[in-house]
Amino acid sequence: MRSPLRLEKRLLQPRGLNWIIPLLSLLAALVLGAIVLLATGKDPIDVYSRIFERGFASQRALQGSLVTATPLAFTGLCAAVAFRMGVINIGGEGQLYVGAIGASMTGIAMQGQPTGMVVVGMMLMGMLFGASYGSIVGVLRARFNTNEIITSLMLNYLAGILLNYLIFNSRSYWRDPRSQGFPSGKPIGDRSEWTDYSVFGVQVSLGFFVAIAAAVGVWLLYRRTRFGFEVGVIADSPRAATYAGIRTKWTIVAVMALSGALAGLGGASDVGDFRHVLDAKGLQLSGYGYTGIVVAALARLNPLGTIFVAVLIGGLTNAGYALQGPNFPSGLVGTLQGLILFSSVAGEILLRYRVRWNPNRLRTEVAG
Amino acid sequence: MNNSLLVVIAASAIFYGTPLFFAALGGVFTERSGVLNLGVEGMMLLGAVSGAWASQHIGGPAWFTVLASILVGMFAGACTAALHAFLCVTLRTNQTVAGLAITIFAGAVGLSSYFANVWNVAAKPVTRPIRTLDVFGWGDLPILGPILFRQTVLTYVSWVMVILASIYLFRTRYGLQLRAVGESPQTADAMGISVIKYRYVHTILGGSLAGLGGVYYSLAIVPTWVDGMTKGAGWIAIALVIFGFWRPGLTLAGAYLFGALQSLGITLKARNIQINGDILDALPFLMTIIVLVIVSSQFAHRRLGAPAALGIAYEREER
Repeated sequence: MRSPLRLEKRLLQPRGLNWIIPLLSLLAALVLGAIVLLATGKDPIDVYSRIFERGFASQRALQGSLVTATPLAFTGLCAAVAFRMGVINIGGEGQLYVGAIGASMTGIAMQGQPTGMVVVGMMLMGMLFGASYGSIVGVLRARFNTNEIITSLMLNYLAGILLNYLIFNSRSYWRDPRSQGFPSGKPIGDRSEWTDYSVFGVQVSLGFFVAIAAAVGVWLLYRRTRFGFEVGVIADSPRAATYAGIRTKWTIVAVMALSGALAGLGGASDVGDFRHVLDAKGLQLSGYGYTGIVVAALARLNPLGTIFVAVLIGGLTNAGYALQGPNFPSGLVGTLQGLILFSSVAGEILLRYRVRWNPNRLRTEVAG
Repeated sequence: MNNSLLVVIAASAIFYGTPLFFAALGGVFTERSGVLNLGVEGMMLLGAVSGAWASQHIGGPAWFTVLASILVGMFAGACTAALHAFLCVTLRTNQTVAGLAITIFAGAVGLSSYFANVWNVAAKPVTRPIRTLDVFGWGDLPILGPILFRQTVLTYVSWVMVILASIYLFRTRYGLQLRAVGESPQTADAMGISVIKYRYVHTILGGSLAGLGGVYYSLAIVPTWVDGMTKGAGWIAIALVIFGFWRPGLTLAGAYLFGALQSLGITLKARNIQINGDILDALPFLMTIIVLVIVSSQFAHRRLGAPAALGIAYEREER
């Protein structure tokens, strides 16, 4: 069977495509989303304009979007760091929970200490917890060749169960003993809360600046160091890496620890910047880890791009929270995020191939 | 005797293992053709919500409603799988990310929840669930009765299916050609087998089976729609394909093991046995990791059963 559509391999990849493809992917996702909306009897223009309004169009909207963008930037970096080596870490979700557990523990324990010390302590503990959780996946993959997709996902569910246990089903250190009826986490105390900074009248949390710093750090690490070069070689060909004397197994564990640490830092920021308690239910409803995969894919695994995309997807998610109701069914934001991920995967094809449309091929077949 | 703990656990292992088996058998077909499907969870949820919707809206005699809901659920899974096949086979995208995209798109906070909202599925319970039968009136036989003769019709279908699938894969020409496509698409292509066709057909078949597993959740287990009701069953099914070494029979055994683990909490709670519920919830996920480690370390070098071309897009020009 001859199809009029043909994919030809590109020999050179034009640089401009790095920007054009994500934009096209986003556009394609909006068009596909409009089809879903039309099919279920909703007005896509109305829905999209409301998303834009509540996500980006005012100072307050932008502020809310940055709140959602902060954890997404961290989980996006978490996914990008691992995906760049061909290790598919979808455990950002669980690593973020565990980071939040470590950070809130520190916040509660260091209550009353100087704010600067508490903030640094929370960040370090969040990273440590996330890194340990991530390296479980790395060790299993490096030592036993276990499929990291499934193990990291199972660890997400396990971390969720751990959260439930700590807050709802036990009298743990994290649970507020005063909370009656509906159990909640113990507040970390006023002096443990992270500061906000005002940028052009928009309150930006400390975590967002940390995310930017982390993105720059990861970019430098992957672009400018021997470690980053080795990660690139492993991604292209694990065998070549072994022959070149690169310690592949060690690098896998190190990258998974780094990936987990970034997600854990996101968890610390969630506790320090926004919720100020270990919020078992809220964390699980947010699904930051899974959305982080969408962020990383649309940013084409570029650490700096991750920040921009996180703000974009954060706006979409935040608008979803604000608008939820009969005219804006839940599930719509997840659907749109899935469509964005679809189109960005499909968009990669344009980078590798040139699409040729030749109706003559169809006609000759009909004739002959 | 039929109330003894072991009998109840064995019976519920089969009851809860059946949807896992359907989804995992779908995975066996899909992966045997060389396509990795990580979208099973999303396909199950879409199957579950469409099946529940159909059961509320399709009239007629009870058997007809049940049959129609099953088919609608399978159709939803098949459509989602067709999308996956288009991405992986035609567009040759990264199969891992494409599958993740399906799960995020269709999953617990995605399209399945959106449909449930728009169609108002969660508001009403399912009026015509899939009930357990009492086959030949033997349901009260000691020990065997509850285990073998008090199951839903879909369990009996699954037993027929495991035999047919084994014959298809290992005793027919089509099965041989399917395995050839998964092991070495270049060779299969040279023999004149259409790699594209085989991959499309078996990915879609796999999706419809995932949809069937989903329908089992919304019509037999719960039976009503709850957002994200499969709770990771799709991911366990993907692991089951590996535990079962890509063979239907072994997959069935694995599905019942995990069915037992999933139902343990409910069974023990019903008997007032005090065990921490969180530990019971964690068991299936913990076991998945442990079994996966054992399986992959022991067979890492031989790669027993894993299709050689799994996850690799086929490009004719690149021979």
